[in-house]
Amino acid sequence: MTACGTRNIGPPLINLVRLKGVPILRQLHLEERLLRTSLDNWCIINDGTDDPTVVMGISGKPVELLEIDSVIRDEIPVIRRFTGGGTVIVDNGTIFVTFICNKDAVPGLQSYPRPIMSWSSLVYRKVFQGIGEFSLRENDYVLGNHKFGGNAQSIIKNRWVHHTSFLWDYEISNMGYLKLPKRAPEYRQARSHLEFMCRMKDYIPRSNFISRTIDAVGSHFLVRSMELEAIMYNSGTKFKPSSRLLRKQELEEAKFDSQTSIAVSQSLQM
Amino acid sequence: MALRLWASSAANALRVSTAATASRPAFSLLRSFSTAVEGLKYATSHEWVKHEGSVATVGITDHAQDHLGEVVYVELPDVGKTATQGTGFGSVESVKATSDVNSPISGEIIEINSKLTENPGLINSGPYEDGWMIKVKPSNPSELGSLMDAKQYTKFCEEEDASH
Repeated sequence: MTACGTRNIGPPLINLVRLKGVPILRQLHLEERLLRTSLDNWCIINDGTDDPTVVMGISGKPVELLEIDSVIRDEIPVIRRFTGGGTVIVDNGTIFVTFICNKDAVPGLQSYPRPIMSWSSLVYRKVFQGIGEFSLRENDYVLGNHKFGGNAQSIIKNRWVHHTSFLWDYEISNMGYLKLPKRAPEYRQARSHLEFMCRMKDYIPRSNFISRTIDAVGSHFLVRSMELEAIMYNSGTKFKPSSRLLRKQELEEAKFDSQTSIAVSQSLQM
Repeated sequence: MALRLWASSAANALRVSTAATASRPAFSLLRSFSTAVEGLKYATSHEWVKHEGSVATVGITDHAQDHLGEVVYVELPDVGKTATQGTGFGSVESVKATSDVNSPISGEIIEINSKLTENPGLINSGPYEDGWMIKVKPSNPSELGSLMDAKQYTKFCEEEDASH
């Protein structure tokens, strides 16, 4: 209600925060804090992160998902994030777009995984209109049948977050740190990382993607730009994020446990 | 649930909406026929509680597991922690989402369902039976009075689905 007592029937407000090169762990901490402690809707766009980093979902097991020897050898940081979903390796060729919303922000949207995913595809369908054959395929954003963005969500009582890491570009060598996941969508059809994915840069310039995304967000929300500094320090809230960097010792222990388990299993079969 | 998952995947591949009617938002769920069990109490956040003497068993409802999809991971609290009505005590992972699970009752957590670690799908196959999540020693049984019975919860789910 406005001060005059008339009903505000405009679109819901969303705060847009544009970042560039912010470390992914810092981004995840910000997202989780906004999810759990803010009452506003947020759209965060981080144009690239710094060093190549592996980011696993909340239940990710390093031995199943990573080429651990290479990861340890090359000292690739490994993060376990607060949302579900699979494993990605991100770097300065990755563009991150995150929506953090109240459950009633989008009219008619139930805060469950599939409706949220489906709604997000409406936003990106607009972004890629006239550019590529965009669709949502078993929870992945694809151009044709090639995945170019990984999605994940966290849903709490009255709010949800849906975030995406878009592969604007990637290093082929970095994909070597990831194993083929046991749990894969059917349309992947056992393709390797390189056969399964595509680079967004082959379809759209980087700045165009970001500006078209902001325009698409504007068709669902009233967008208000905010600077990171304005939201980083909120002395009233005490919040401990759960996304964290795995220690080298944890990776080594995971590898040791796996090797021990395999050895025991093999000895029992003799 | 399997048929609807297939339909959703096919619709996604064909890039058409799964909406049942033209007036339904393109991202809305098809209506499901979830069950609520008599004798349990239900929270608006779709958890159930079965109160038997000094023990209250808690889990998520059939409606919730159906809307969440296949549960692949469950995070449960430690025994001895305190559950607070309306506050999260754990989470489930399904599709690509983690979803908080809120306790419908307050009290000390005296047991957790360790079977869910190896077999999180029990929440889908038996949300009211083998898929229970925690057992609580209620600190304030009168909290049950604020929850819905099976009939009220069924109506609540129907209205919630119809409004989206």
